[in-house]
Amino acid sequence: MLTPLEIEIITLSLRVAFWAVLFGLPLAIAAAWLLARTHFPGKALVDGALHLPLVVPPVIVGFTLLVLFGRQGAIGSILYDWFGFSFAFDWKGAALASGVMAFPLMVRAIRLSIEAIDQRIETAARTLGASHLRVFATITLPLALPGVLSGTVLAFARSLGEFGATITFVSNIPGETRTMPLAVFSLMQMPGPNDAILRLVLVSIAIALAALILSEALSRRISARIRGSVP
Amino acid sequence: MIEVSIKKSYGSFTLDARFESGAGVTALYGVSGAGKTSIVDAIAGLNRPDAGRIVVGGTALYDSSRAIFQPPEHRGIGYVFQEDRLFPHLTVRRNLQYGSQRTSGHNNGPDFETVIGLLGVEHLLDRLPHRLSGGEKQRVAIGRAVLSRPRLLLMDEPLANLDSTRRYEILPFLEKMCRDLEVPIIYVSHAIDEITRFADTLVVLDRGKTLAVGAVSEITARLDLGPLVDRRDAGTVLDGQIAAHDTMYKLTTVSFQGGRLVIPAIDGTVGDRLRLRIQARDIAIATTLPDNISTLNCLGGTITQVSASRQAHQDIQIDVGVPILARVTRRSVVELGLEPGREITALIKSVAVERAAAP
Repeated sequence: MLTPLEIEIITLSLRVAFWAVLFGLPLAIAAAWLLARTHFPGKALVDGALHLPLVVPPVIVGFTLLVLFGRQGAIGSILYDWFGFSFAFDWKGAALASGVMAFPLMVRAIRLSIEAIDQRIETAARTLGASHLRVFATITLPLALPGVLSGTVLAFARSLGEFGATITFVSNIPGETRTMPLAVFSLMQMPGPNDAILRLVLVSIAIALAALILSEALSRRISARIRGSVP
Repeated sequence: MIEVSIKKSYGSFTLDARFESGAGVTALYGVSGAGKTSIVDAIAGLNRPDAGRIVVGGTALYDSSRAIFQPPEHRGIGYVFQEDRLFPHLTVRRNLQYGSQRTSGHNNGPDFETVIGLLGVEHLLDRLPHRLSGGEKQRVAIGRAVLSRPRLLLMDEPLANLDSTRRYEILPFLEKMCRDLEVPIIYVSHAIDEITRFADTLVVLDRGKTLAVGAVSEITARLDLGPLVDRRDAGTVLDGQIAAHDTMYKLTTVSFQGGRLVIPAIDGTVGDRLRLRIQARDIAIATTLPDNISTLNCLGGTITQVSASRQAHQDIQIDVGVPILARVTRRSVVELGLEPGREITALIKSVAVERAAAP
């Protein structure tokens, strides 16, 4: 079975992915709503910028994070001087890197499900006296729930698998930033056969698969409740 | 009191609507594309006119000269759309209650129990909208708008998307609502039977312009309003009350300003008010009073107007105490010498008279 070291690696990975998604989600919902429901100058640019992590090499994302959030970085130095808070070389940095890489996936899924909502229903809510905020909280968000859910799971799975940006930004430190992919990478550097690699790979696949199946089942149930049929 | 005076251009189409109306039901009538929905959307705050003003109950909701534009959620105006637009994830009960927290409406509207009773939706409260029939959905949508206690209720062809069975299922509910609620209603329709059933005031629209505004009986008797008079089922609305019942022959006598009409028996007690509608093509004209005729209603009157027409038929407005419209062939007009000022008798077949609204 799994060794204590492997269990530590897995829990670290889960913790990193959990915080990455937890902090990413509200921002992703806000970004998705802005992109789906508002028009503002420079929207195309914002849209493009949000999707950058999907298309640029992860090492570039990691490097950019280092420049911005490293202890000497533009934002990182302020955070450290004022709050004593640092992303550098610990699991919080790994969570930031994972979160940034997974963000576009979350935004995309949520945005699509917001765009699929009939805006006339939201209009009806406004004629019933609901403010924009109330319309969002009582109509838009509940109806976008399947998308929010699948975006979250997708982002979670993506965070678990994050490699390039993490290793560039916060290096590969056992117990701090060595998540499952980084551990597999390290093990592969060692000569000889290694069962630990296989076990970690299987655990990764199992967690990702379980997450996807769970989200699919939940989102079907929600859709069924709303529309009366399983899509 | 509702005052609407707005201008807005949409490409080549220009909306230039102007009307005032008071309590009761105001119908906006016009063919598709006449600008009806644009007007109610502007009243609800869903679109912004280029210029003008909209005042409801003394409050300016929109006034271009004072740069006032209240957002829809602050207007206190209920809106029943063509489609039900129910919230699919909320039960009927929560749909109905959605607007009840609002503060911008007036506070003494009907309560929940009254409205669900009136609309007959008690047994549906815990269902989700997808489990309702089209007619039930639209009833819930009406209830939801009413329960938000609006200062004004807008209804944009609420029956247009229903098949005729469902329409007739909802009509009585709507009629009851229009009668029992103290909220003024603006009712958009191109269906004459709906308008004559509910409306007190009629606004006729044509290509974005208001052609005429007035009482339904007055407007439906006019010859100059193309959208109304050019219809095959053009006709006049008469408001009257039940004067007597003839149980032997199953007939009812209705008195109205122009005299009495005998029609097939209807429910109601003597003194009940009701509205009748007589289609122009169901009225014949005689220059002398004929004997031995099956027609029970022979009303003496004077021709006030004859429409210009090169078609087979012409429309004639007759003053029998109130104006009514008759449609006869152009040949008859020529051969009988029917012209304004002529005293004639209008023959109205009893069985052709429709009751437009319940007492």
